[in-house]
Amino acid sequence: MYSPTILIEAMINGLLTGAIYALIALGLTLVYGVLHIINFAHGAILASAMFAVWGLNVLAGVDPYLAILLLAPVFFCLGYGVQRLVIGPAAKGDDGNILLITLGLSIFIENALLAGFGSDTRSISSDFSFAVVEAGPFLISSPRLVGFAGSLIVTAILWFIMSRTDAGKAIRAVAREKLGASLMGIDVGHVYAVTFGLGCAALAVAAGLLMPTFYVNPRVGGAFVNIAFTIVVLGGMGSIPGAMIGGLLIGLVESLSGLLLGESLGQIGIFIIFILVLLLKPTGLFGAKA
Amino acid sequence: MRFSGYIPILVVTAALAVVPLVFSSNSLFNFMVMSLIITLAAQGWNILGGVAGQTSFGHALFFGVGCYTAAMLQFHFGVNAWLAFLLAVAAGAAAGFILGFLSFRAGLRGSYFALITLAFAELMRILANASDWTGGAAGLLLKLNPGFSNMQFESRASFLWLALAFVFIGLVISRAIAGSRFGAQLVAVRENEDAARALGVDVLSVKLKAISLSGAITAAAGVLYVQNFLYIDANIGFGVWISIEALLAPLVGGRGLVLGPLIGTFTLHGLGELTKSFAGRIPGIDLMVFAVVLIGVVAFASGGVLGLLRRFAPRLARRIAV
Amino acid sequence: MMLRTETIIMRFGGLTAVNQASLGVREGSITGLIGPNGAGKTTLFAVIAGFLQPTGGRVLWQGRDITGLKPHQRAQMGIARTFQIVQPFQGLNVLENITVGSYLRHRQTDEAVAKARAVAERVGLGAELEQQASSLTVAGRKRLELARALATEPKLLLLDEVLAGLNPSEIRDIIPVIRAIRDDGVTIFMIEHVMQAVMNLCEEVYVLAQGQMIAEGTPASVCNDPAVIEAYLGKGAAARIASTGGAHA
Repeated sequence: MYSPTILIEAMINGLLTGAIYALIALGLTLVYGVLHIINFAHGAILASAMFAVWGLNVLAGVDPYLAILLLAPVFFCLGYGVQRLVIGPAAKGDDGNILLITLGLSIFIENALLAGFGSDTRSISSDFSFAVVEAGPFLISSPRLVGFAGSLIVTAILWFIMSRTDAGKAIRAVAREKLGASLMGIDVGHVYAVTFGLGCAALAVAAGLLMPTFYVNPRVGGAFVNIAFTIVVLGGMGSIPGAMIGGLLIGLVESLSGLLLGESLGQIGIFIIFILVLLLKPTGLFGAKA
Repeated sequence: MRFSGYIPILVVTAALAVVPLVFSSNSLFNFMVMSLIITLAAQGWNILGGVAGQTSFGHALFFGVGCYTAAMLQFHFGVNAWLAFLLAVAAGAAAGFILGFLSFRAGLRGSYFALITLAFAELMRILANASDWTGGAAGLLLKLNPGFSNMQFESRASFLWLALAFVFIGLVISRAIAGSRFGAQLVAVRENEDAARALGVDVLSVKLKAISLSGAITAAAGVLYVQNFLYIDANIGFGVWISIEALLAPLVGGRGLVLGPLIGTFTLHGLGELTKSFAGRIPGIDLMVFAVVLIGVVAFASGGVLGLLRRFAPRLARRIAV
Repeated sequence: MMLRTETIIMRFGGLTAVNQASLGVREGSITGLIGPNGAGKTTLFAVIAGFLQPTGGRVLWQGRDITGLKPHQRAQMGIARTFQIVQPFQGLNVLENITVGSYLRHRQTDEAVAKARAVAERVGLGAELEQQASSLTVAGRKRLELARALATEPKLLLLDEVLAGLNPSEIRDIIPVIRAIRDDGVTIFMIEHVMQAVMNLCEEVYVLAQGQMIAEGTPASVCNDPAVIEAYLGKGAAARIASTGGAHA
């Protein structure tokens, strides 16, 4: 058996990573909640954001956290454009089409990254990457603490935008009743694109928070997108608090099953949860509608 | 009228079969063998995803089950290759039935169904990567021992004909379904489940038949892969690549149509080779082209290549029909 | 009685859509089910055809309890339904649509197609066999809905507002078709809003209001039933009409 210290440390690490997972899932769940589409390209967009953070750091020496300030607006615009110019017009409102279009986007982005950067794995190494905070008997990685805090802040901001601002009100109106909202003079295409942009901006933030401790290669999106889907399904498609709680839970599960089953089998816990939730309660733990 | 529906199939198969008699390029043969294996996998996908309209993102599950069943039976137990092939196909059908039973009974459709197929394939990939039985991350290497009884061939042409024979069987099965009661029920389920139910179609049973048959055919493609390369690992057998190939080909060729997978595979891989010859060996460039074609097809030509044919050369399209 | 429902209750959460509805359809009859909007008529049909499992009560088919059977099993036994909101197989043409129905009793493609052609002829779709279902007019779609159900060779045909959305001349065209179907031995149970058609076709009528069966009888007697008039026109309406002597207007 493992000593309590190791177990608790694994749990703390799991929760810290889980918060970033939640941030990644946030964009996915937001897009699902409003556009009612599953964005299969989510992981690939994250991978490109991570490459952007890496590139800024290597080429221009930009700190990953500072890169967020630059990349979040850039990715917002990219997301806005992709939804407005590619997904929206190409899908013609059919769910099956959207799934295939975003699959196509993900294949395209992933292989464009492969063509541009090669298949090597890259990471950013700075002194801060290895900094730790001592909390009693536990050593906690500082960049992960920053990631945790950053994720909570972004989630809070998004939640505030969605529930307290006029833009959020418009988004929620479109989510609930597309036709009604458009009759009230809301530009549904614009709202869709804004939502997609917000999802991408959240990914840029996540990329900046991840890079100090994580690595990037063109295939990295696949791993994250599986985790993000699991969180979204677990938390209930479209639910922001659901994504946060689901993210923390999945981080915990991943960390513990990695500890108990070893590195290669560790991911299995996530897929089993994913499959069970889909089969038994596809509305998730916090989702309201089917 | 009955027989005439099969003429295009015979013509296409005959045309492909004479290639080794006319040309002798090994790289051409390798290209064709790989394309035929993918075609077979895609024919499996097309029955479920095309005709019955249940989009799967995880046909790697069936491909891998075929690969590993054939490889493990031969590797661990010295089972004859042809018997291993039959058992692998049965395993593919069983995998399809189990996945279908779990997900269709739970009422999963559309995106949810796509996601769960993907999850099952990934689950199997992780397991195959970790288990000693499957050779773990190192994979399984089969002994080279050419001979018909081992389903191994010294001449590339012979293996090409074997793969073509499988694709031909796949075409005949698809064609037979297209003109049958079962085919009509599959299409009815795709178009409108409630209406199908009202007309006496047992929707669950029809879907289960479709996914089992689909799994069996795609598993057969997996066996061909193993017999051709005599090697398998988790990222090949259960990898995302084959899920994508199996789905892309029918969409590009003509979703739900008999010749869709074959035309789609050769179109895509022909384009891929062309791109490589222009752009050089940039990794991933062929898949970028595939992705653009996929988005283009969904946006502008939902009937794929055969749909375009129907629009611009309706007479020819009618002749090669469904 | 060919079909009976006994005290059917259908609840959705807190809402009771059908409350203790009992009725019987006599073999060989054309029986109507009428009632104001939202009365629960379509819900009751869905229960009879097996698309909804009732919260309480039983459905009896030729004396046998079929409450637990699936829709396709009931279709097999000879109960066919049409949908109020027509549900064509959009990507198929008219003949292919109908053939899905005729495959129920004919496994061989030749026979099924021949049957489908005959049915199409009978409902007046003979000239549109090759047309895509999605390109039909409203009247065409209604006929297609009818043809598909008929192609399953039912003993009982449940028609959910097949006349809604048609203009008077289209209604006039289709009424003889429905009567001819009955004359060929198919019992018909229809939800209908077009009173002219109900008066014209039905021998027996049930009236459902707010989920409850409030009246039954011949069309003429039901129309003069004060409970029915109140259900349609509001409380006190029957008395007002009687006092002005306008009940027969």
